[in-house]
Amino acid sequence: MANTLAKNEAKYKFLMITAIILIIIAVLISINAGYMKIPIADVIATLFGNGNPQNELTIFEFRLPRIFMALLVGLGISISGAILQGISGNPLADPGILGINAGAGFTIVLYMFFFQGTVFITGGLYIFIMPLAALLGGFTAAFLIYIISWKNGRVTPVRLILVGIGINAAFGAGLTIFQMKMEPIDFMKAIVWLAGSIWGTNWTFVWMIALWLVVLIPIALYKSRVLDVLKLGDPIAIGVGTNVEKERRFLLFISVAIAAVCVSVGGGITFLGLIAPHMARRLVGASHAKSLPLAALLGALLLLLADTLGRVILAPMELPVGIVISVLGAPYFIYLLIKTN
Amino acid sequence: MGITIHMNTKTKTDYKNTFTSTAVIVIGIILLGLSVIVSINFGATDLSYQDVWKAFFHFEPDNSSHIIIRELRFPRAVAAIAVGGALAVSGAIMQGMTRNLLASPSIMGVTSGSSFLIAIALAVLPGISYLGLMMFSFVGAGLGAALVFGISAMAKGGVTPVKLALVGSAITSLLSSLSTAIGIKFNVSKDISYWYAGGVSSIQPQHILFALPFIIVGLILALILSRSISVLSLGEEVAKGLGQRTGYVQLLGTIAVLLLTGAAVSIAGMIGFVGLVIPHITRFLVGVDYRWIIPCSAILGGILLITADIVGRMVNAPFETPVSAITALIGVPFFLYLARKEGRGL
Repeated sequence: MANTLAKNEAKYKFLMITAIILIIIAVLISINAGYMKIPIADVIATLFGNGNPQNELTIFEFRLPRIFMALLVGLGISISGAILQGISGNPLADPGILGINAGAGFTIVLYMFFFQGTVFITGGLYIFIMPLAALLGGFTAAFLIYIISWKNGRVTPVRLILVGIGINAAFGAGLTIFQMKMEPIDFMKAIVWLAGSIWGTNWTFVWMIALWLVVLIPIALYKSRVLDVLKLGDPIAIGVGTNVEKERRFLLFISVAIAAVCVSVGGGITFLGLIAPHMARRLVGASHAKSLPLAALLGALLLLLADTLGRVILAPMELPVGIVISVLGAPYFIYLLIKTN
Repeated sequence: MGITIHMNTKTKTDYKNTFTSTAVIVIGIILLGLSVIVSINFGATDLSYQDVWKAFFHFEPDNSSHIIIRELRFPRAVAAIAVGGALAVSGAIMQGMTRNLLASPSIMGVTSGSSFLIAIALAVLPGISYLGLMMFSFVGAGLGAALVFGISAMAKGGVTPVKLALVGSAITSLLSSLSTAIGIKFNVSKDISYWYAGGVSSIQPQHILFALPFIIVGLILALILSRSISVLSLGEEVAKGLGQRTGYVQLLGTIAVLLLTGAAVSIAGMIGFVGLVIPHITRFLVGVDYRWIIPCSAILGGILLITADIVGRMVNAPFETPVSAITALIGVPFFLYLARKEGRGL
């Protein structure tokens, strides 16, 4: 028994270290890859302050912010998905069921529809309006879902999921109606946004999101024991003395807050929130204290790889990262499903 | 004594369920008949109810109203009902088989498989006919379902509901991403979206004749399976304990879903809401017995879709609003009300 525990501990450490090493390698590859290839030697020179101005500009102003953004969004979406699966007890739950995607997508499409053409002008206020609009839509949808599921001071997981389905469908319907009336060029932009793509990559955004996540993610990790208990079902959780309703509401809020921010800069990439936690659980078991950090690292790694590939495969055209995530993540996810019990 | 009371209440619930279910079926069929008449009668060309009557019973080949009714309006009404019913029933089967509230026919890989082949067809064969697209869609639906079921069956420990649902969402995500990528690369995204939001507006008699047999066979299969699905919905262990060959039921259930959803998607594109929500609504109304849920879902699904089709023609006339959007807008408030009320079956 003790032997198995030690073995599990060793396996967990091994997986975490592997994931970190892979992320570092992925960062280096991602700096190097793109429309303008920068040799590894130049990359290292530039990072230590000895590069030429052009490489410095490319790396510090374009590549690095985007890389950090991808890592942060990947981290956030995975944690958010893991929390949701824990509190709803539904393995199919991802941040999408809270209406965050549909709400954000709807406001973005609405915004594109009414301000055609001006949408993707960068600079000035514009770059802040899109994520704000998305954030607003995401929070509105999540708030509506919570309020409607609220009854007699309780929000049961089943009702939450059902109401989530309903609100998602309503926002989805609004989205379809406006999308069908769009000009082809805006329509394409909407498709790309909805499929998920990292954009608005400058340091201001990276800092904003980093700060947000630095506050929220430790709280989520701290609550991993509560998640373990909640997963056993309400009767047992209440039996061991957990204030189920309060904890669930709090965790739900954390999950929404993380996911909404990530969706506001990453678009509809919630599939990651479904698969990363599952992968982590299949690798290290059900305890959230282990599966949450691993899920976060896996999410960051996957999203960075996907974003890099998306930039390179059809260069100079960019493939939305959400698409690459699915194409990369789904086969591995399926492999894990087949291999493990 | 306590036991007797318990049994009494149980029988009462049974009676109540039978009563509600029969009421749903009878009222539903009447409503269906009325909506067919309204649907045929409503449109850009003004028709009288006598025209409708005559078109069927005293058909005059030279009368343009009669031709409109027989070639356009009637097929459209039939298509709406068939699609709505088919999607609702396959949703009910999916939720029963996987015991998951979030399960809908689309996670079986059927819709994404269809959209994948449609994307390929639109990218590679521009100017392909409607019937050609329907066939592609149907083959794609089969491909998607075969992938999902095949992979789940390959997994360690065989097909379990959770595994089926997870593999389904992975395959769905994979295939729909590939179709989005194809759409972006070949610049056919909007065509794909139009095909999927298209609804039943441009339906012609031969399209229905192509798809209807599949739907009828699927419905019959679903009705035959309904008893087994009730047992399966109690959980796989219980079902096995009662002597059910669960793998067999799951395979047949998947085939039924494939026939129904494949045909529905090839007629009308993606109308996700019906398959997800109508089974829930039906369960709220008639309880947990799939022998009632399946026929009632078919009727309610048909009503929802034909009503949505009529409303979609009315709200922004002469333009048509996508029927998939209207179904959601009509169905959501009712669904939310029921979800809050915590009806039976949950």
